[in-house]
Amino acid sequence: MQDFIQHIINGISLGSIYALIALGYTMVYGILKMINFAHSDVYMVGAFAAYYVARFLGIENNPGFSTLITLLLFSMLSCAILGLAIERFAYRPLRKAPKLNILITAIGVSLFLEYGGQVVFGADPKVFPEVMKDFVLFNIADVELKSFDVTVLLVSLIAMLGLQFLIFKTKLGRAMRAVSANSSVASLLGVNPDRIITFTFIVGSALAGIGSVLVGMKYPKIDPLMGMMIGLKAFVAAVLGGIGNVGGAVLGALIMGLSEEMVVAYLSSTYRDALAFGILIVILIFKPAGLLGKYSVEKV
Amino acid sequence: MKFLKAPLLTLLILSVVGLVFDFALDAYFQLILLYALVNCLLSMSLNLVNGYTGQFSLGHAGFMAIGAYFAAYANTKWDILPPALNALEFFIYCTGAGLFAAVAGLLVGLPSLRLKGDYLAIVTLGFGEIIRVTLLNMDFLGGPRGYSNIPGFSSFLFSFIFACVWLTICFFTIWRVMHSTYGRGFLSVREDEIAAEAMGINTTRMKVRAFVLSSFFAGVAGALFAHFTKFISPSSFTFLQSVNVVIMVVLGGMGSMTGSIVAAFIITILPEALRPLQDLTGVDLRMVIYSLSLILVMILRPKGLFGDQEITAVWRKYARRNS
Amino acid sequence: MKRLILAALLTLPLLVGCTKKENEILIGEYDSLTGSDATFGLSTNKGVRLAFEEINAAGGVKGKKLGLITLDDQGKNEEAASAVTRLITQNKVVAILGGVASGRSKAAAPIAQSNSVPFVSPASTNPDVTKAGDYVFRVCFIDPFQGFVMAKFSSENLKHKKVAILRDVKNDYSVGLADVFSAEFKKRGGEIVADSSYQAGDIDFKAQLTQIRSKNPDGIYVPGYYTEVGLIAQQARQLGIKAPLMGGDGWDSDKLSEIGKEAINGNYYSNHYTVESSDPAVTEFIKKFKAKYNETPDALAALGYDAARILAAAIERSPDLSGKAIRDELAKTKDFGGVTGKITLNENRDAVKSAVIIQVDGKNRKYISTISP
Repeated sequence: MQDFIQHIINGISLGSIYALIALGYTMVYGILKMINFAHSDVYMVGAFAAYYVARFLGIENNPGFSTLITLLLFSMLSCAILGLAIERFAYRPLRKAPKLNILITAIGVSLFLEYGGQVVFGADPKVFPEVMKDFVLFNIADVELKSFDVTVLLVSLIAMLGLQFLIFKTKLGRAMRAVSANSSVASLLGVNPDRIITFTFIVGSALAGIGSVLVGMKYPKIDPLMGMMIGLKAFVAAVLGGIGNVGGAVLGALIMGLSEEMVVAYLSSTYRDALAFGILIVILIFKPAGLLGKYSVEKV
Repeated sequence: MKFLKAPLLTLLILSVVGLVFDFALDAYFQLILLYALVNCLLSMSLNLVNGYTGQFSLGHAGFMAIGAYFAAYANTKWDILPPALNALEFFIYCTGAGLFAAVAGLLVGLPSLRLKGDYLAIVTLGFGEIIRVTLLNMDFLGGPRGYSNIPGFSSFLFSFIFACVWLTICFFTIWRVMHSTYGRGFLSVREDEIAAEAMGINTTRMKVRAFVLSSFFAGVAGALFAHFTKFISPSSFTFLQSVNVVIMVVLGGMGSMTGSIVAAFIITILPEALRPLQDLTGVDLRMVIYSLSLILVMILRPKGLFGDQEITAVWRKYARRNS
Repeated sequence: MKRLILAALLTLPLLVGCTKKENEILIGEYDSLTGSDATFGLSTNKGVRLAFEEINAAGGVKGKKLGLITLDDQGKNEEAASAVTRLITQNKVVAILGGVASGRSKAAAPIAQSNSVPFVSPASTNPDVTKAGDYVFRVCFIDPFQGFVMAKFSSENLKHKKVAILRDVKNDYSVGLADVFSAEFKKRGGEIVADSSYQAGDIDFKAQLTQIRSKNPDGIYVPGYYTEVGLIAQQARQLGIKAPLMGGDGWDSDKLSEIGKEAINGNYYSNHYTVESSDPAVTEFIKKFKAKYNETPDALAALGYDAARILAAAIERSPDLSGKAIRDELAKTKDFGGVTGKITLNENRDAVKSAVIIQVDGKNRKYISTISP
């Protein structure tokens, strides 16, 4: 029983990590209907930005709240700038191009960041600075809850609620929804789609920045290819929940984390990744738009 | 037998070309050439799904893996013909590998092809990963250690001609299919699924057919790959390999057979051609340049090299403009 | 304009020609300098480069300088094959130093064999690698030996009865060690209570570890690379697992304790040499390596260094530069005083040397015992 509860805790904490990254995917997809494959590599760059800033400021061995805030800010900032640049130089020229082209460009950007990262940062793993001290919140009968697990879950829930608020309660959000529904009509009504899309990228990338610092403090090993696997999983989670839907991303991510955990715990660890994809396939076959996604009927 | 005239002629020309290459090129270029032929087969077959039928599959490496492992296993474990008929035996196993992959394609395609766009992409990606993870855990296939000592052709010329036979079969099969009612069906699915359905075309069945045919040739390509490298392991069939094939199709132009061939050659040769650059820079920038040029090509030439036309049409247009 | 850029892009690489220096003996090396195994490939490469520099500073081989051509294989088997073909046919190297992963060596070694070019692998541990033919050698342990060493140490010295295994299923090295350990440990009357796996690149191992915890093992065998082991150790301690972790030479790196922090302390791994050794070959190597790269060498760097030096010594002894002559001399390598021990190449062209068991203690590596083959 205690193992079962421990597995649930592990699964949720893993899922909340996926959620943080899945939110970025879902944001961009919701507005642009494109899979931003480079998102997971923006996340990687964010981690390295935090690493270098911490070393530059000499605060890598200085755990505390101020360190956390500093690193979060710098990482969000550099991710936002990177996201902005990617959007401006790689995606904007292709706004009218077929979907597949945009996807290939996104893969190109992703490869560029991964291999460029190997050249610039070096291929060997780096140790992420100790941002905060992890401590045990409670420990009952060997079931342990750590502060990091709770932090990550809370941050992803707050980010989700913040995004919901942004999209459904603000003027900017209304413009975003308008661009998402029909960008040419939106521009007739005085919304500048380019500006909205840029803004979306900034927000999505900043989320990746937050994610990178939080993941870095929980798993203190960063390398230029760190985004690959986690990005794929997060993306699958976003699709599972219904891509484009903010709540769906978090739900999908939690399901993903829990199912991976349970597969390892009670079935077989060797087939962990296969079964994660298997669950996705089964859900998509019965609910083609994901769990919370709206299935839109194509009009003639 | 009239319908065999063009393929046989092509094969004859290609054999002569192979004979020339056998003398003119050294082993390194020959090896690259063989890889390029395998990639041609892959890109042509994926073009059928991604280009002509307009469905987005990201799991091609999985079918390739199935074919490669089938051929490797069959060739090392079974011996159905005397050694003199080795080539025929290889041919049978390649066909078997294709059929095996086609069955897998049917199993994957039937449920998943009802999905559209990005969802389909993700599901095919998922199947590709499942196939790879399963292979990692199959002890009798070597698991992560891979499968070694796969018999292959001793000489380049045989390998080349053998690959060309399959290339010709693939090219003319797809070409003829595309000029039949089925081909029109595929195209109609790409152009407008709803209109196609209104015209009485069973779109899901069309998609599944395209998918199965495409998987067949992916399996054959995998079998050829296994014979050429003589060693395979699951790490050769990752998600990145699938992406690589998609890149070839898009670079060549969606729905252009000759475009796929040219792009397959470019994508195979480019990383090798960039090797000398390492001497100048000291670090390996090949993938950085590769990815940058990918982005630039997509921006500067969004329809790929040939668009949806064949090389002959492109050439004619070019000649007209210059005259 | 667009056309011009495109044309320039496609032709640029072809314009860059090859440069070749005279009066050099060319050695080829292929390794993963990019891709997911790049950190291991780069380590090996550093060791090889250091060896070449030293040899050339001491006057080279046969009065000529040794030239090194390193090609990248991006961690792909088929790239390894084409890289080796290129080294042999284009660069006309006299011998080849192979890469880390056994998979790539299995794809590349047969090519060297069929071209009669000697091939020395620094770190491909799979037994099948050298079966490619009589031109293929290696300077590292093979999987069965390291698995045997740890199983022996675990059951005899640590008196373990129940051991759990956590292997990297993507990595043939890890799977090889785990299989041998499992068989050997059972033969010694022990019990394998859990056999879990992960994939290189994973960051969360708590699911496997929680499951292992419920079996309450005396020790956990984790024959992976330091890139993951550091995190595994941390998460194991977080879950309250007290049992020691055990591993192979893939652990050997400074990064292990940087990532694992205090959680990694007290755990054991098998290695080729110990930093505490007073052997001048070892101390010299570590000093020089630190001076050149400003970091402590890991096991792969040491193996790369030894492979390069064994090859150079064989070339020096050989009457001419033909593949056959060098091969014959390589096969005669006996009691070579390498960093990773006294190396003798046996009739299977595998290195025979003893292993040491090391205990991690912060930055230090405590020598525990030596186990001979």
